[in-house]
Formats: sequence, C-alpha cells, structure tokens
Amino acid sequence: MALSRDQIAMRVAQEFKDGNYVNLGIGIPTLAANYVPKHIQVMLQSENGLLGMGPYPTEEQVDADMINAGKETVTAAAGASIFNSAESFAMIRGGHVDFTVLGAFEVDVSGSIASWMIPGKLIKGMGGAMDLVAGAKNIIVTMTHADKHGNSKLLSACTLPLTGVSCITRIITDLAVLEVKDKAFHLRERAPGVSIEEIIEKTAGKLVIDGDIPEMTIT
Amino acid sequence: MAGFDKVVTSYADAMHGLEDNMTIIAGGFGLCGIPEGLIAEVKRMGTKGLTVVSNNCGVDGFGLGVLLEDKQIKKMVSSYVGENALFEKQLLNGELEVELTPQGTLAEKMRAGGAGIPAFYTATGFGTPVGEGKESRQFNGRDYILEEAITGDFAIVKAWKADRYGNCMYRHTAMNFNPMAATAGKITVVEVEEIVEVGELEPSQIHTPGIYVDRVIQGSFEKRIERLVTSKGV
Repeated sequence: MALSRDQIAMRVAQEFKDGNYVNLGIGIPTLAANYVPKHIQVMLQSENGLLGMGPYPTEEQVDADMINAGKETVTAAAGASIFNSAESFAMIRGGHVDFTVLGAFEVDVSGSIASWMIPGKLIKGMGGAMDLVAGAKNIIVTMTHADKHGNSKLLSACTLPLTGVSCITRIITDLAVLEVKDKAFHLRERAPGVSIEEIIEKTAGKLVIDGDIPEMTIT
Repeated sequence: MAGFDKVVTSYADAMHGLEDNMTIIAGGFGLCGIPEGLIAEVKRMGTKGLTVVSNNCGVDGFGLGVLLEDKQIKKMVSSYVGENALFEKQLLNGELEVELTPQGTLAEKMRAGGAGIPAFYTATGFGTPVGEGKESRQFNGRDYILEEAITGDFAIVKAWKADRYGNCMYRHTAMNFNPMAATAGKITVVEVEEIVEVGELEPSQIHTPGIYVDRVIQGSFEKRIERLVTSKGV
C-alpha cells in the first residue's frame, strides 16, 4: 500500500537526529513535527524569524505578532529565539540548519528540484525555498512518487523551471525511500506491501536497485 | 530645535515627500508587522507608479493589497504573492509587474542596500530562472550569482516601541523584514505601538538604532491575523 501523508511524515521524522535544527516546508513536511521520536530533541526553524517553534496556540495564547512561515498563529517553545529575516537566512545560507524538508513537483537524477513554478499557471513565488535548497546541509524531498495521472515525478531531467541545482540527496515518497547520487536514484526502502516492480514502473529516471530492499518501518 | 526628536504627529507629515514613481520598501511578513497607518496614508495620497519592495503584497482589502485598489503599484518586488485575487487579476492584465525574489535574497538585498554594499554573491537561485541574465562566479568550486542591493526613496516600518530619537524595538515575529527595511530608505518612517521618552529603552535591547530613522509616528493597529490556527484545530 502506498503511504498516507501522515505515514510519509512518520518516515521523515525517523531521519532526524538528537540535537538537529530543522526547517519544515508547508504540507507533508510540517506534519513530520508531530512524529519526532520521543527520545530525541529537535528544534524547528521558521524562516520568518523563529528558531524553536512550539505548538499552535490555545485560544488564550493567540498573538497576531507570533506567526510561522505559513502565516499561521504559533507559539515559541522554551529556549526559542526570534530574529530578523536577514539573520534567519544567514542561518539557512550559512549551512547552520541541519535538515530541510520540502515538497516538490519534480526531482531528477542529478538532484535538481522543481517546486515553485508551472509555466502557464499563476506563479505565486518561491518564498524561501530557493534559499533553503541552496543552504541546508541535508535536504529531504517529500512527494508522491507519481502525479495523479500516474506520471513519474522522479525524472532523468526536470522539465519545470528549477528551484535548485544538484542539491537533493534524499527523497521520501508514498512508495519508497531513495538516495540521489552518481546520476541515479538508489532505492533504499519500499513502503510496506509495495512491490519493486511498481517502483520501477513509476520511476522515470535511472533507478539503481542493490540487493534486497527492505520495507520501511512505519510507527 | 528638534535635535534628534523624530516624532511627527500626522500621517501627512510622516509620508511628506512621497511622489509618483518612487520606490517604497515595506517591512512585514504576510500581515504580521506591517505599518498599517502608513500604508493607509499612501492610499489616501493616491501616489501612482510605485515600486513596492516587500516580502508579500497583503490580502484583498488589507495591508499593501489596498494600494492595488486604485492601481497605485506599478511593480512589486516580493518572494510570495499568492494571497490576493486583485493582485492576480492586475498581473494577468499586464497592469502590474512582479519581480519574484527569493526570500533570503530579498532580505539580504535590503540589508546590503542599507549597509552600502552594492551587490553580493549567493548560491540561491543559481541555475534557476532567478539566475538568468545575472553574472555568476565560482568560489571554492561552487557557483554563485551576483545580486544587487536595494534601496528605497522611502522605507515604511512597523515597530513595537520607539523612543523620540527613533531607537526601535520589535515584538516577536513582527520583527521579520522591518529592521532591514529601516536601514534601506532614504527617508525611513517608523509607525509604532508606543512612543516612549528618551532613556526608557535599554540601549543593548535596541533592534534598530535611531540613526536609521527619520520619522516616528504613533500608530493604532488592527493586527489582522491571516491564518488563525489554534491547538484545537483551524
């Protein structure tokens, strides 16, 4: 079975290590905050200027001056810091953020990502995504393996305008965990009950399968 | 003798000198930390042909979005503009130009503009549409593009507290782009929740030193929330 959005988020959260500073994009990446293993500490960075993002506020805690990068009301966790936008992106561009997790329309075998612009459709902007993919040490892309018409999103070369060049090293989809290196997608894990054949069929770019591919553990 | 006293008492005085075709740099992230009264004054003045540099363009009927109603904005320089139906319409009509700029690059362009640095290299945007037509260079084997600084005829800023000398403090994430915007205006106007006497603010707690600030005005703020989410759900 293909993973649900929450199950993808659960698998993403397994990547985090104790003491990591993490920036989570909008959508599935944000859900990963709900599944951080109990025995580790991670600190969430929100690029509008908050390091140490807490949970959503209670009605009494709501404060218009306290929002996250998705413009949602939020709280600051104990040990948080707040700073201006240039400082926020100094952290990102300077490589101080350990992990960035973001969505994408396409990723290719060289690790390039397209996530912000579909020609002919209204372009809303890249927000902080280009800075994040250019700056973070580890970038995980979460997306469905194929679009709703069954077209693969893992390509030989991205067809859409890029967000960043050769920057993605790991992809977690509803079907698989893949590493991007040496101009290929390397299959590392498959979703429970998903066959290698289905992954092959839905991966348009070069796919390397070395030995037995274990099923993901989703808890 | 006014000395260092930057306080003005009317919005007309606060935005005095704004003319058609000028560039305004505005602080704020979404609707958080925006100079509401100064934006309203620009709308009242009816100034046209403006280039507005701000991370976003408000929403329909609030924030910078109100300047679209009378087509006062010629060009927006922003990282994300998706929250606004009127914006979309004017963009598709060709009545409005938009220069989409990565958020960190936008912040750094303002910072550099205020710091007298004409341009800087960044990896952000290399190999993407943002990098097209820009000079690029390798440092230590990595590719970077040259991005130019931004300055404005006016910077409009929202702060929490300022003293009469223009020393400013911001509150929570309403800080965002405001400190950079404050440095990058030929005339920097700060609208604040509270004006305090000189000496009341702890010097080491000042976010924006008064040297960057030309005018301070006491504002009143609606502080509209763009996306109210509570722990009980949306």
